[in-house]
Amino acid sequence: MRERRQAVEIVFDHATKRYPGRAAPAVDDLTMTIPAGEVCCLVGPSGGGKTTAMKLVNRLVELTSGDVRVDGQSVRSLDETTLRRGIGYVIQQVGLFPHMTVAENVATVPKLLGWSKREAQERTDELLDLVDLPARDYRSRYASQLSGGERQRVGLARALAADPPLMLMDEPFGALDPITRTRLQNELLRIQEEVRKTIIFVTHDIDEAILIGDRIAILREGGVLAQYDTPERILAEPADDFVARFVGADRGLKRLSLTRLDELDLEPANGAAGPLLEGETTLRDALSAMLNDGARSVVVDGRDGTRRVLTLDRITELLR
Amino acid sequence: MAQPVIPDFGEASECVSENRLFCPDWVRDNWDPVLQPALVQHIQLTLIAVGFGFVISLGAALAAHRLRFVERPFAWVSAVIYTIPSLALFQLLVPITGLTVTTVEIALVGYTLLILFRNTLAGLRAVPPEVLEAARGMGLTAGQTLWRVELPLAVPAIIAGLRIAVVSTIALATVAAFVVSRGLGGPILGALRLDFRTEIIAAGALAVGLAVLADVLLVLMQRLATPWAASRRSA
Repeated sequence: MRERRQAVEIVFDHATKRYPGRAAPAVDDLTMTIPAGEVCCLVGPSGGGKTTAMKLVNRLVELTSGDVRVDGQSVRSLDETTLRRGIGYVIQQVGLFPHMTVAENVATVPKLLGWSKREAQERTDELLDLVDLPARDYRSRYASQLSGGERQRVGLARALAADPPLMLMDEPFGALDPITRTRLQNELLRIQEEVRKTIIFVTHDIDEAILIGDRIAILREGGVLAQYDTPERILAEPADDFVARFVGADRGLKRLSLTRLDELDLEPANGAAGPLLEGETTLRDALSAMLNDGARSVVVDGRDGTRRVLTLDRITELLR
Repeated sequence: MAQPVIPDFGEASECVSENRLFCPDWVRDNWDPVLQPALVQHIQLTLIAVGFGFVISLGAALAAHRLRFVERPFAWVSAVIYTIPSLALFQLLVPITGLTVTTVEIALVGYTLLILFRNTLAGLRAVPPEVLEAARGMGLTAGQTLWRVELPLAVPAIIAGLRIAVVSTIALATVAAFVVSRGLGGPILGALRLDFRTEIIAAGALAVGLAVLADVLLVLMQRLATPWAASRRSA
């Protein structure tokens, strides 16, 4: 097996993209640093240039001015095919090659990079297992024999195939039904725990960005960066009205969904009343449970068998 | 009823001398000297015509796929050729290339261009944009995208074009007998002049059988070459 590659840092340095004949730039003077191994979600309304900004990294869109550096190297200094083969690329419509089997699709980049057949095949099987498609069942299927969710899993495996230090994902789950989407979002998080890539993830869905992103970059019309911060801080302290409106009036509730009960330091229950909840429950769901039951507290069932209490006052305190 | 003049190789059977609808004994006796060579020539005429037509059309379609301005002139020229009646086209060519196989092949190649060009280009253009974007994003070069993605995906359309081209060339190649005595058109034309029914039917049936066989072979070829399309059909 090849040695696992380290994730890399990405720097946007006054990156600007103007299309000829259009007054407003698509991406306007974007400057931000995405630390190695983190997921950065690019969000914003359509016309905000989030996909354009992402494509500056693998040069599917060429910079007008400024620079984008991957691991300290300007993308302009690299040959574009070499650059792209080192970056995993996932798009909403997946774009599986319909004439190739699942295994052939996944092995595309390893083959371009000249891996041996055995190496490529071992890697393919390993990746199909990683994305929860048992290699034995799926290896020789064609895209037309897969469901939408299965296709995107293959798309993810294909992007990970050559173990790129960096992944670009353009609304990868946007075309899936809500149940499949949630499942794949959670699997991406699980896979990211394991592989630790630097990921740029484009979405128009702020909830998805909050769930997936270590950091969120919000772009407004004209490709201007409105705020670049952690989900917690974007929800707690939106930089301006635009960001506040974009994250929604329910941003208090969204903040609650960032925290799970077992992450809190809670008082022992001592016979307190209220619905009994698991430790993995989010604060948001805990609040919902209180409202449902007309209770002012919930009891948390700890893994060690202890019971602790979360009160409504404590939630308000946490949001402050 | 006037008695037709039957080619006499010594002892004509009763069936032949009465010019009945179909005489198996004549076919048996004339397979080696007449029908089989004509059939082989017919296959040669067809293969050469479709082969050259395919190479020219593929080249033109690839050019038109990259450079849009190539499409119109080539489509226009091949469409004009296609509208010229075959006998007229032979007449136009004979003063230049004479009563030769070349004349026949130029005409036959000309008739394949329109369908092969159109189908190949349509096949190349029907590759879904997201597939092309994925290919670019993964770092395939333009050439790799063409050979590994676009052409394989165009195969069903290309073979569909080949099927039409092959069948129509087999039919058209019989007319070649007006220019040069090659192919199944020779026996058919000769027998028409003599009103010899067995030979017309035998040579005609061979042409039809050849066309059907070629079509079946091409369908089988497509099934083998594009298993992914088969699974799509059944999916």
